[in-house]
Amino acid sequence: MTGLRVDLRQDSPIPLDAKFTCAPGEVLALVGPSGSGKSTILRIIAGLYRPREGQVSVDEEAWLDTGKGIAVRPHCRAAGIVFQNYALFPHMTAIGNINAALESLPPLERRHRAESLLQMVNLAGLDERRPAELSGGQQQRVAVARALAREPKVLLLDEPFSAVDRQTRERLYRELAIMRRRLSMPVVLVTHDLTEALMLADSLCLLHRGRTLQHGRPFEVMQRPATVEVARLVGQRNIFTGTVVEQSSDFGFTIVDWNGHRIEAAYAPQFREGETVAWLVPHSKVLLHRRDRPSRGTTENPVSGVISEHVLLGDTTVSVLNVEGHDDLGITFQVPAHVADRNRLGTGEQASVSLLAQAIHLMPAPDETEFSERP
Amino acid sequence: MDWTALFLSLQLGALTVLFLLPVGIILGRALAYRDFPGKGLAEALVALPLVLPPTVVGYYLLVLFGAASPIGRAWESVYGEPLVFSFEGLLLASLLFNLPFAILPMQRGFEAIPRELRDAAACCGMTPWRVLRRVELPLAWPGILTASVLSFAHTLGEFGVVLMVGGNIPAETKTIAISIYDRVQAFDTDSAGKMSALLLIFSLVTISVTFALSRRIGRKSS
Repeated sequence: MTGLRVDLRQDSPIPLDAKFTCAPGEVLALVGPSGSGKSTILRIIAGLYRPREGQVSVDEEAWLDTGKGIAVRPHCRAAGIVFQNYALFPHMTAIGNINAALESLPPLERRHRAESLLQMVNLAGLDERRPAELSGGQQQRVAVARALAREPKVLLLDEPFSAVDRQTRERLYRELAIMRRRLSMPVVLVTHDLTEALMLADSLCLLHRGRTLQHGRPFEVMQRPATVEVARLVGQRNIFTGTVVEQSSDFGFTIVDWNGHRIEAAYAPQFREGETVAWLVPHSKVLLHRRDRPSRGTTENPVSGVISEHVLLGDTTVSVLNVEGHDDLGITFQVPAHVADRNRLGTGEQASVSLLAQAIHLMPAPDETEFSERP
Repeated sequence: MDWTALFLSLQLGALTVLFLLPVGIILGRALAYRDFPGKGLAEALVALPLVLPPTVVGYYLLVLFGAASPIGRAWESVYGEPLVFSFEGLLLASLLFNLPFAILPMQRGFEAIPRELRDAAACCGMTPWRVLRRVELPLAWPGILTASVLSFAHTLGEFGVVLMVGGNIPAETKTIAISIYDRVQAFDTDSAGKMSALLLIFSLVTISVTFALSRRIGRKSS
């Protein structure tokens, strides 16, 4: 198989249990909270850190195989890497930094290649500037050009957008999205930002304490997490437990009893009737009922209660609805500020919402200990 | 004015720097980047000449180089003359008591290079030797320059160790510092004063030029 294959195991000093693949041209986002081992995995791929046990191969070429005693040294691996703070050589100019990665080429060819790379990252004309004379965004582009200079077999990006301001970051996102169409190697992007992964990556690999929890399309991982742990890590807040009471393959739904509410969910045949399950509804799939004119959607999993928390965040509001008769059950939902105003949302107010059935996702019930550590 | 002594001192200083440069780069770099058992002790040994009285350092070097020691005997059997009270013996002593002045600034110089820069260099396909030449040495340059100047200036100024190991042999071990002491003992304050003033001006100029230079390099590369 072509592309990148990674399989790592280690207990200490940093616990690792990670396994994933990345096809040529694919952008894989390694996502996890800080300390989850994502940068360590990147360093392992580049050969800068050696784990106790593991294999790394690119296009069937083994870069690391602890079982066979193979560990190709970093300068012999064709891996391009962009560091978080870019790690540009401060004593070299922009073009010097790129040339540094091209020292195996004859001088004339080297210059042509360096110039075309600078052009590709829109930095033509800034060749003679030193890193200190470049803006954060320009430095990142030099780092990208330097990483691509050797025509690497894998491109590694370690939080490459964290050191620039928001405006620059958005421009760099667009540039990467355009440039990636021309990249034919596997690209591994390390980030702690799910939105970034959602925008730029083809697949997402979620890491927690060095362990890969789920690997799939970013949208899939975020809206249909495999476990409650994954659901929490991707920021889902509406996670509850219930019991499956009815499975209807004909109509394509599963009914869950949730503290006396009958919740209609997307059909999940893997669960038996009577089984305890965890379920979630993304907060974007919770619809607020209009006070003046109840709409068609009000029949879909209606829930009423009292707003216990209501916060304005820019032009949207985030509210928590405490379910009638169950003060410990809160449904979080988001609406634009003007909608909140029109419907007189506020702490202590009555409100009703609908939970969109097709967005309700069922997961295996976690054991008690895991569930109790809810933030 | 004892020109022979001044020339001897300059020669000793230049040779000391020449030999200590590679030693300092290798040891300073190893202390900066590597972790090994006994590193603390190694660092203490390097720094020891800073705190020990020169006479104590001189005494032990005298014992180490003397005809009763294996080193002294080996030297004598090869060259047919004793290592102590010779220029070669003095140079060897100078290399040893200058270790902290050469190694410590270089170690700081190498430590100041972020690890990511060395990693990035390796990921650019540079061999470790190339990383040293293209990235580490150019960036550790202020430390290396400081180390060279400090060792040189310190060699010119060292008195106790030189007296213990070298004695006072004109054109062989009589350095300018010894010569100044010699002149004062002979109540030739005129000569002593001239030589002292020369040494003072020379040291002040070299050190201030180095500091200014390394500040400029430091500014440029940051």
